[in-house]
Amino acid sequence: MSSQPASLPPRISMPHPVHTVLYLIIIAFAVTSLRGAGISFDDLSDGFPEMLRLIDEMFPPDYSRLERIGGLLLETFQMAFAGTLIGVLVSFPLAAFASRRTAPHVIVYHATRGLISLFRTIPDLVWALFFVATVGIGPFAGTLTLAVDTIGFCGRFFAEAMEETDKGPQEALTALGASRAGIFFSYIVPASMPSFVNTSLFSLEKAVRSSVVLGLVGAGGIGVELKVSMDLFQYAEASMIIISIFALVLIVEQISSAIRKRILDA
Amino acid sequence: MPDSPSNLEPALQVENLHKRFGELHILKGVSLSVAHGERVALLGSNGSGKSTLLRSSLRLIEPDEGEVRVLGKSVRGLSFRKLRAVRSSVGFIFQKHNLVPRLSALSNVIHGTQGRSGCPGSWFQMFASQKTRQDALDCLSEVALEHVAGRYVHNLSGGQSQRVAIARALMQNPEMIFADEPVASLDPEAGLQVMELLSRLATQKKISLLFTTHHLEHALQYSDRVIGLIKGKIELSEQTKDLSLSDLRGFYE
Repeated sequence: MSSQPASLPPRISMPHPVHTVLYLIIIAFAVTSLRGAGISFDDLSDGFPEMLRLIDEMFPPDYSRLERIGGLLLETFQMAFAGTLIGVLVSFPLAAFASRRTAPHVIVYHATRGLISLFRTIPDLVWALFFVATVGIGPFAGTLTLAVDTIGFCGRFFAEAMEETDKGPQEALTALGASRAGIFFSYIVPASMPSFVNTSLFSLEKAVRSSVVLGLVGAGGIGVELKVSMDLFQYAEASMIIISIFALVLIVEQISSAIRKRILDA
Repeated sequence: MPDSPSNLEPALQVENLHKRFGELHILKGVSLSVAHGERVALLGSNGSGKSTLLRSSLRLIEPDEGEVRVLGKSVRGLSFRKLRAVRSSVGFIFQKHNLVPRLSALSNVIHGTQGRSGCPGSWFQMFASQKTRQDALDCLSEVALEHVAGRYVHNLSGGQSQRVAIARALMQNPEMIFADEPVASLDPEAGLQVMELLSRLATQKKISLLFTTHHLEHALQYSDRVIGLIKGKIELSEQTKDLSLSDLRGFYE
């Protein structure tokens, strides 16, 4: 037991001088960012009546082309689903090479991590422009774009899920003589499965949202129809498309969250 | 027990084992042996080197110096494939059960065959042969858990999980079992059941058992010999029948 009387710690500790400088730099950068972003309250107040007029023209929505919109919506979803499926299937082996726990060699680990980062950091619209230029306009370019985007997203999170598995069962299987393949398939994969499913479903939701935008650059789906409606000032038709997209995204999110809940509760 | 060549020498022979973690010298020339069918309790305070000794014996931790012979085979310098063959005959029970979550108890028990077979039949019960599935169910019966064969292990209690881990070890047909504080995470009642089970199975099947524990009563009740470690050195090795509870308490003081 110490003979010194115990003293209460201060309520607020003063930050380290280096941290204080860092905070000031962040605040200064935030202020310059607000200026650099061209934020103007004058423009906002001038544009507000225009926004109201546009919204007014959007209602009631134009149902006359519902059949065509439905067909394009299905194509959009098929693109998203196929792209996600291909992406998830490719992500799985890539993630095994990109996880410290399962990578066969450090060079393979860094090379795979680099490839996944490349897929993730290049925006999907840039990938879409690349695929439209190489495989042509249409849903195939969109599907490839979504597959690459999914690999960038799922590859990283699958690898992290594998890395975060508890080391105990791996040690137990090692102790009883299991091979690396045995440990991977009988432990790492089932233990990471909830995270795999979760990430894949988020990826599908993300792909459905992205697939709408991809049409704007010619990569298939309903996006091009939305762009044409807006360009021709057919706001009632545009609102119908937006409502359809909203319904599709909502349905996909509801179904995927129901599947997620079922898996996590198992 | 058949008189095989491996029976001519101890199930475990450790000589002059050293292990350092950086500046920390955990094992300082430990030498011990465990005979076939013998049950040995390993005592010692936290940090005395008990777990390191067990893990080093199967090279789950690579020892720095010394010799370890498990079931007649020197494990140091063995190739990974040959080391797997040695490990396949030795069960290892951990403080935490270390079962694979989101798999059934039966699949977890079948994992015990992975040292002998690397095929998918040893990964999941759905791929296993009928004989393997039946053997696994028999192992679960040995620990009185055949009724949970199809249940996910993450839904079992701590005591049940540890018994499934014992069934997994039995599936290896082990000649020796290491148990590293197997009851430390269990309540006293479940802990007693697990120790009773481990000891009974070791005696019935003539399996050598080396277990670490902080429960002095367990050491006295379930071992033939007690070994005590203090700061990485063996300071006690006595037949259990020659020891009393106060002797063991004295060892800790």
